[in-house]
Amino acid sequence: MSVEERFSDEVIKTWERLKKEAEEAGYRLNPDRVFTLRLVQGLIENEKRYGYWCCPCRLAFGEKDKDVDVICPCYYRDSDIEEFGACYCALYVSDEWIEGKKKHGSIPERRPAKFMRDGYSETPAPPQSLAPSPQPLSLPVWRCKVCGYLCARPEPPGKCPVCKAGKDRFERFM
Amino acid sequence: MKFTHVPGRNAKHRVTLYALSTCGWCKKTKELLDSNQIQYEYIDVDQCQGEERAEVSTKVRELNPRGSFPTIRIDGDVVAGYDEDRIRELLEL
Ligand code: SF4
Repeated sequence: MSVEERFSDEVIKTWERLKKEAEEAGYRLNPDRVFTLRLVQGLIENEKRYGYWCCPCRLAFGEKDKDVDVICPCYYRDSDIEEFGACYCALYVSDEWIEGKKKHGSIPERRPAKFMRDGYSETPAPPQSLAPSPQPLSLPVWRCKVCGYLCARPEPPGKCPVCKAGKDRFERFM
Repeated sequence: MKFTHVPGRNAKHRVTLYALSTCGWCKKTKELLDSNQIQYEYIDVDQCQGEERAEVSTKVRELNPRGSFPTIRIDGDVVAGYDEDRIRELLEL
C-alpha cells in the first residue's frame, strides 16, 4: 500500500463514468482518488466473483436474492448520506463531508442484522416499503419547484436530477 | 483460520484484524497499523471459503455482534469499524 498504487484502465474508466453519473444525479463521489479507486476496484472484483456489484464493505452471501439490498448503490445510501454525510463505504459523500463538517471514518451499519445471518432466506426489502398503500404514505413525496420532478424519499435530493436545481427548491408535495 | 502475520517493530499489543479485501476502511486500518510499524495478524474474510468462512464469521460476531468490517481486536478490547482515535488510544500512539 503506497502512493504508487496502480489501477487498471477498467477501474479508471469505471470510476470516471460513475463520477459523471453521480454528479449528473446530484451525488458526489469521495474526492480521495485512491480511496475511491480502491472501492471501484472492489465493485469490479465483486462483479467478477458474484456476478453483481455487491457492496465492497459488506460480506456477500454470493446469492443475488440475499444481497439485493446491498447491490451498489444500496438501499441504505441516501439515509446514510443524510445522517452521516457518507454512504457506508464512503464512496458517495455529501459536500458537508468533503468540507470536513462530518467525521470521516466507519459509520454504524444500517443494514438490519437479520439480513446478515447465514440461513436468512427472504429477499431483503427496502427499509420502508414502497408498495402502493392508500394511507398513510410510507415516504414523503418531494416536488422540484423548478421542473416538477417528483420523488418519494426521506429527504429531497441534494440536487434535482433533471434540472439540477438545489435541495432548497424542493417542496413537500404529498 | 489462516491469518497473515505482519511483522512490526511495535509488538506491545496483540492485534488481530478481521477485514474484507475490497473494503476501503479495512485498507485504511491496515495502513494505520503499517505506518506505525505495529505487529499484527489479519484475515480477509471474503477470501475464505466454506467451513473456514463460517468459522471466522462466527468469531467476528462473537467479538462484534453486528458482524461488520473491519473488526479489530486489541488485547482484550474490540473496535468495530475504522475509528482512528480509538485505535490510536488502545495502541498508545
Ligand atoms: S455503501 Fe456505498 S459503496 Fe456500498 S453499496 Fe452502498 S452506496 Fe455502494
